[in-house]
Amino acid sequence: MIRILLSLSLFLILGVSPLGAAETTLKKASFLPQWSPQAQFAGYYVAYEKGFYKAQGIDLTILQGGPNQPPTEFLEGQKADFVSMWLSTALQRRSSGVKLTNIGQIVQRSALMLVAKKSSNIHTPEEMNGKKVGLWGADFQIQPRAFFKKYNLQVRVLPQSQSLNLFLRGGVDVASAMWYNEYHTLLNSGLDPDELTPFFFHDYGLSFPEDGIYTLEDTFRRDPGLSCAFLKASMEGWLFAFSHPEESLNIVLSYISRAKVPANRVHQRWMLARMKDLILPPDQDAPPGNLQPLDYERVGRELLESGLIKKIPDYNSFFVRCDRAEK
Amino acid sequence: MLRNRGIAFKLILFFTLSSGLIFLLVFGFNYRFSRRTIEKNIEENARNLVLSKVNRIETILLSVQKVPESLACFLENGSYDKEELLRLLRSMVESNSEIYGSAIAFEPYGFDKKLLRFAPYYFKCDGSIELTDLGTASYRYEYWDWYQIPKELNSPSWSEPYYDEGGGYALMATYSVPFYGKVGGKKEFLGIVTADINLGWLQEVVSSIKVLQTGYAFLISKNGTILTHPLKELIMNETLFGVAEVRSDRRLREIGRKMIKGESGFVPFTSIVSEEPCWMYYTPIPSNGWSLAVLFPQNELTADVTRLNRTVLVLGITGLLLLSIAVAFIARSMTNPLRAMAQATKTIATGNLDIDLPPVRSGDEVGKLSEAFRYMKESLKEYIQQLTETTASKERIESELKIAHDIQMSILPKVFPPFPDRKELDIYALIEPAREVGGDFYDFFFVDDEHLCFVIGDVSGKGVPASIFMAVTKTLIKGKSLWDTDPGRILTKVNKDLNQGNDSCMFVTIFIGILHVKTGELLYANGGHNPPFIIRSQNDVEFLPVSKDLVVGVMEDVAYKTDRVHLKPGDSIFIYTDGITEAMNEGGELFSEGRLKSGLIELHGKAIQEIIEGIMKEIHSFSQGAEQSDDITMLAVRFKGEKGSDHG
Repeated sequence: MIRILLSLSLFLILGVSPLGAAETTLKKASFLPQWSPQAQFAGYYVAYEKGFYKAQGIDLTILQGGPNQPPTEFLEGQKADFVSMWLSTALQRRSSGVKLTNIGQIVQRSALMLVAKKSSNIHTPEEMNGKKVGLWGADFQIQPRAFFKKYNLQVRVLPQSQSLNLFLRGGVDVASAMWYNEYHTLLNSGLDPDELTPFFFHDYGLSFPEDGIYTLEDTFRRDPGLSCAFLKASMEGWLFAFSHPEESLNIVLSYISRAKVPANRVHQRWMLARMKDLILPPDQDAPPGNLQPLDYERVGRELLESGLIKKIPDYNSFFVRCDRAEK
Repeated sequence: MLRNRGIAFKLILFFTLSSGLIFLLVFGFNYRFSRRTIEKNIEENARNLVLSKVNRIETILLSVQKVPESLACFLENGSYDKEELLRLLRSMVESNSEIYGSAIAFEPYGFDKKLLRFAPYYFKCDGSIELTDLGTASYRYEYWDWYQIPKELNSPSWSEPYYDEGGGYALMATYSVPFYGKVGGKKEFLGIVTADINLGWLQEVVSSIKVLQTGYAFLISKNGTILTHPLKELIMNETLFGVAEVRSDRRLREIGRKMIKGESGFVPFTSIVSEEPCWMYYTPIPSNGWSLAVLFPQNELTADVTRLNRTVLVLGITGLLLLSIAVAFIARSMTNPLRAMAQATKTIATGNLDIDLPPVRSGDEVGKLSEAFRYMKESLKEYIQQLTETTASKERIESELKIAHDIQMSILPKVFPPFPDRKELDIYALIEPAREVGGDFYDFFFVDDEHLCFVIGDVSGKGVPASIFMAVTKTLIKGKSLWDTDPGRILTKVNKDLNQGNDSCMFVTIFIGILHVKTGELLYANGGHNPPFIIRSQNDVEFLPVSKDLVVGVMEDVAYKTDRVHLKPGDSIFIYTDGITEAMNEGGELFSEGRLKSGLIELHGKAIQEIIEGIMKEIHSFSQGAEQSDDITMLAVRFKGEKGSDHG
């Protein structure tokens, strides 16, 4: 069904495209976001719908992500040419021998955060000591555990489910949240911002850049132009999404409903706005889409200390800057 | 400017404004009061309606809760093996129609030391009852809300509602009851018993609540998720807070917070469906903390009151209009005659008194004013007529008086010198009559060849009677002195004659002198007149001594005395009337004998005509144009002796 729709929309774009003869030379490529459709991936959907990939000579297929479609598997199994995943995940895969490379670091900051209710008397990291904390699995635990270590906190960790109900009912004092997602869910479950103490890892020196675009080294080597064209079109898509939020939300919502996932415009609007804060942090001067060496260093060091990687891969072999590669 | 507007305008303005204000106050009070009454009734009805629904829901929920609770109780107290457990679980699902599925989920390694997870789950599927083990799949049940929440809270709990794909995409909720065992005397958590129920009936109960045309009910979960709502797209997709965010409605958010906190309330609310103002009553469902709200459309509920108020408003405005018209009518009935009278007054002011006045229609103040005005007009007309007549007759009298005056003046000798051939004496006289005909007179004539008679008189009163009396007196004196040279005797005779038939009691003061022009002997008599001056040729002015005899014409039998004085050549006699001494200036000061005397002294030595004219001049300069109230008469005789020389 999705494929039919996608090819249908592709057909529509082709029908109105003035590119003409150039179409025949479009390179086929596929992309997998690491989760089901939402504004977290607005840039890609918008770039696709606005024909930015085509303009870059790519005949792209966006695969539907979700909890059962792990990007690393798709990348390693060559079921997707490009995937979106977290820097920490990618570093571990690389360390375990998968020759993947980062061609664009989209999300510059941690959206992952901890959040506590002020009614649990938690206003500072120290006050978290001895409390029950809900954590997601795997890569979502790296920063929280580094945080507990940094502040020397003894906490009781409980596995956190997909919902925040345990936290809302008072089963845990601290919950994990994505700023663009669960934090807003809390607000829309009736909690006011002033009733919550948010802990942004960026504020505690533990910021991890998150979503980045990855491809296999081989794929990149074979056709660097394709990778860089994909990045370029994706960044265009993001910038367009930020400057046309309502139009972009329509696009995102249509993807969500196609995936039969509950769609909530207000929630997606919040998410898109937070993605802008994360992709184009107001206080960051560096051009968007780049992996900053300091951030890379920090993530590598934390993973090394946690024993999740043996050594930090060389920055330059891990991250390829398209603007330099083109030269 | 209001003060320049007409009475009608002011009356209409005042009455309309004040009665409009009263009407508005009454209307406003009535409106508020009736609304408040309705509001109170609605609150009462709303509470009853919502509570009855909540009770119904609660009853069902409680009965469902009992099932897993009793199973958990059995698990805590009874002994069982796997088969017994499955049999119990199956019969529980089988015998409870509300229950869609039920599971017993044990803590990892809790059921069997060798088995990580054990969670048998019976559920209804196409009319039969199926069994599955939640513990065998990749589904790690201990991480799910239905397991974690009751475990962490140590109490049974209702899950947030969810859509279950296996259950025909129906809205479901799970009631989870933790059960415990005793290990070494210590209470230990063993697992969870669940019952999944289909919430279709709940949605039906809630959506069956309809209030009038647009009122509706909705149900939200503990997180504010909308569970039932006329707008289907909101169900399970939005929380009330999300709706508040879309609508930027802070109040809605506050209401939502109160709802999920388990409060009840009756609040104004804007319908999410119709955007119409509503009242909303909300109250929680006690067992799971969900909140049921029912909306009562204000406009529909207050339609009757609104209609009534609209009618009252229309009636009130009509009443005000009628009142204005009535006031206008009354004001007009008052102001029309006033305006007509004002017009009439203007016409009357131009002298037209024959104009028709507006008819008097009423007996009120305006009517009385009209009546008075009519009377005034008539009186004025009459008065002016009389005035015209009086003026005419006065003019006639005045012209007659003028003729009388002329005649009076003409009988006095006015040619000077009168006796140009007589060198023995000089004589000069001057009369300046007051405005009206006066009573002063003078005369001189020769009685015989040697005796000159001169007279001055002042009749009491003024006007025609005085002048006639004067003429009579003058004639009498002249007649009596033709046969006599004794002034006292002459005066006595004149007095006698005047007294006869003097019914009007008039009198006259007279000085009469008879000068022997050869010897200078002067015989004189005085009938109450001002004493004359004698001006001696040797710088001496003095009063001529006179006997104090009565005025002439009052008593019949009076004998007037004759006095005698001898004039030397150059001596003069100056006689005058009281018009001189009583001449007034504007300050009310009299000219007086003193001023006259010093005037005569000043003019001493001058010819008698110059003396008289000099005195006249002084009187004029003294009175400074003040109106002359009496005749002024002077007469002077200078004796020159036989030689006729002038010693002045």
